Amino acid sequence: MRVAVQEAPFDLGQESIDFARGRHEMGAIVTFTGLVRDSPEDPLQAMEIEHYPGMTEAALADIAEQAIARFDLGDALVIHRFGRLEPGALIMMVATAARHRGNAFEGAEFLMDYLKSRAPFWKREISANGAEWVAARDADEDALKRW
Amino acid sequence: MDILYFAWVRERIGLPREQFETQAATVMELVQELRAREDRYAVAFSDLSALRVAVDQKLVDFDASLADAREVAFFPPMTGG
Repeated sequence: MRVAVQEAPFDLGQESIDFARGRHEMGAIVTFTGLVRDSPEDPLQAMEIEHYPGMTEAALADIAEQAIARFDLGDALVIHRFGRLEPGALIMMVATAARHRGNAFEGAEFLMDYLKSRAPFWKREISANGAEWVAARDADEDALKRW
Repeated sequence: MDILYFAWVRERIGLPREQFETQAATVMELVQELRAREDRYAVAFSDLSALRVAVDQKLVDFDASLADAREVAFFPPMTGG
C-alpha cells in the first residue's frame, strides 16, 4: 500500500504502469482519477487545496487499509495533491488490485467515498467573482451509508 | 494545548494555530471557552453542525473527552477527492 500527499504533479500513466507491474496473482486493476473541473458559467482560474499535514496521511492510510481488508485487495494506491491547481489538472488518483474486477471496482469506490468525506482536505475555487470554499455535499456523506 | 484551524474557520478566526491553556474536559467545554473569548470565535463557532473536530488528529464528536489531548483541530466538512 502506498499513500502520497504532495504538491507536485504526478504521472498518471507511469503510476498506473508501476502499480500494475509484477502482479501475477491479480486479475484486475481499477484506477480512478479526479480532475479540477471548470465551469462554463463562472470560469475557474484555479483551485486551491488545503490539508492537515499528518492527519491527512494517517486518514488516507487508515482508509486504504480498510479497503484492502474489506475487499480482499492485493494492494491499493492513493495519491492526492494540495496547493494551487489549474483547471484540468489531476488532483488525485486511487488504484486497487484484486483477483477479480468486482472487488477492484468496489474497493476503489469505497476508497473514494471515504476519502471525500473523511480525509482532511478542503477545496477553494478561485474565479473572476472571487474565492469560495467548496461546500461538502449531503450526497457525499450519504454515500458512506451504503458501506 | 495546540488548537488548529483550517479553511474558512482559519480565515474567520484569523490564524492557523495557537496555544491555549485550558482545563476543559471535553471538546464542547473548549468550544464554550473559545466562544467567550472574542466575537470572531463566537462567529466561527456559532453553528457546530457546520464544523468538524479532530483530537490528536482523529475525528471525534463534540462531546469527546480532552483527557491527555495535545492537539485539537476545528474545520468545515471535508471536501477531498
